[in-house]
Amino acid sequence: MNLRQFLARSLVVFTMLGAGTAQAEKVTIAAAADLKFAMDEIVAHFREENPRDEIEVIYGSSGKFHTQIQQGAPYDLYFSADIGFAQELVKAGHAASPVIPYAVGRIVLWSPSMDASKMTLESLADPKIARIAIANPKHAPYGKRAEEALRATRLWDKVERKLVYGENIAHTAQFVQTGNAQVGIIALSLALNPALADKGGYWLIPDNLHEPLEQGFIITKRAAGNATAKRFADYMNRKAARATMTRYGFVLPGESTGR
Amino acid sequence: MFLTDADLQSIWLTARLAGITTLILFVVGTPVAWWLARTRSPWKGPIGAVVALPLVLPPSVLGFYLLLAMGPNGPVGQMTQALGLGTLPFTFWGLVVASVFYSFPFMVQPLQNAFEAIGERPLEVAATLRASPLDAFFSVALPLAKPGFVTAGILTFAHTVGEFGVVLMIGGNIPGVTRVASVQIYDHVEALEYMDAHRLAGVMLVFSFLVLLALYAWRPNGRK
Repeated sequence: MNLRQFLARSLVVFTMLGAGTAQAEKVTIAAAADLKFAMDEIVAHFREENPRDEIEVIYGSSGKFHTQIQQGAPYDLYFSADIGFAQELVKAGHAASPVIPYAVGRIVLWSPSMDASKMTLESLADPKIARIAIANPKHAPYGKRAEEALRATRLWDKVERKLVYGENIAHTAQFVQTGNAQVGIIALSLALNPALADKGGYWLIPDNLHEPLEQGFIITKRAAGNATAKRFADYMNRKAARATMTRYGFVLPGESTGR
Repeated sequence: MFLTDADLQSIWLTARLAGITTLILFVVGTPVAWWLARTRSPWKGPIGAVVALPLVLPPSVLGFYLLLAMGPNGPVGQMTQALGLGTLPFTFWGLVVASVFYSFPFMVQPLQNAFEAIGERPLEVAATLRASPLDAFFSVALPLAKPGFVTAGILTFAHTVGEFGVVLMIGGNIPGVTRVASVQIYDHVEALEYMDAHRLAGVMLVFSFLVLLALYAWRPNGRK
């Protein structure tokens, strides 16, 4: 086979591969790390109902995904823990949908070694607690809210030298889970998942101490004609998906915060 | 000001981490390299492979093991707590320990090559002149292996400066303690502060280029 034949055949194969993926309408979701467990469940249910749709979820920090989508990352849906990131992408023309609010997150004190349900933020000043993990307030939405709550209670100056910063909220939870930090301020949605919930306990931080953690998602521009992406976006508003979100401690749009 | 105080702090911290790591590895790596260069033990292969592991292992593997081992429930963590040192993650010395593992092959392998290149003869001659093995090592082997030491030192320093994944996993991103330059750049990018990221990234680029230039400029003179 000479080079020209080889190239011609390769071209045929690639074209077929390309056609194949277009038909299946594979969807890649970039989701904030606080959604890890809730989204896994929702996607599992969605797959049961739509067995032919291919869905892949990547979890990480909302800020990083925001940057990556601006640079043309192949994500079809973007679930941001900070609705502001999603709004910026819409403004910059990277979205094929308006911003759809999907939840309001809550932050909790959590510890696997101490009963955090009997603690308050003031307990963090206790000298027995040497390390406190929070997400990096510079770019992680949950970290920003943790800082606000610590400042609102005038604890920031007392605890700042004990703080260690996780790259995103799941990374922060991992610092606490391994015992390297005794306490962490993490997402309620993570504290409620079985792997963390069976150890220690959590204390819900009053949501009047920080700005709301409004979260929103968009369908990205590259998925404009993607029927699967559209189906999944609609599915988020269905009863089953909403029930899962509620079970993981998210307050849903249009519901009271229960303050 | 071209760089912010936080950026300068991260650069100074990085330099201190890389400098201390290099000094420790000169002390720890030299005997290992010497042994590997001269032994006929069947353990040469396995030990050599262990030394080279950090070249191949993803930093996340190293970071994961170190985080668990040095944590309060890990074997290293139990030991450091018993010694009254607390635990190592989120501390500067924790990063030093991690960097010593991470950069180990960059010290040992150039030294091993340098020692092997000396061969038996100069040491045999030293022995006939009644030099003790230790004396022969310091007055014959070390001077002859000098180019190897320079290469190993530069590579170790530079590789430690380039560390990122391990630091992210066990550092906790504390300003002035574990927030090294590579992590600082990552934070700038995550916070969409591209101008700040550019400045610091540019400094790192120029630094890395100069280090490698120095290394390549040195080599032809060192090897005859």
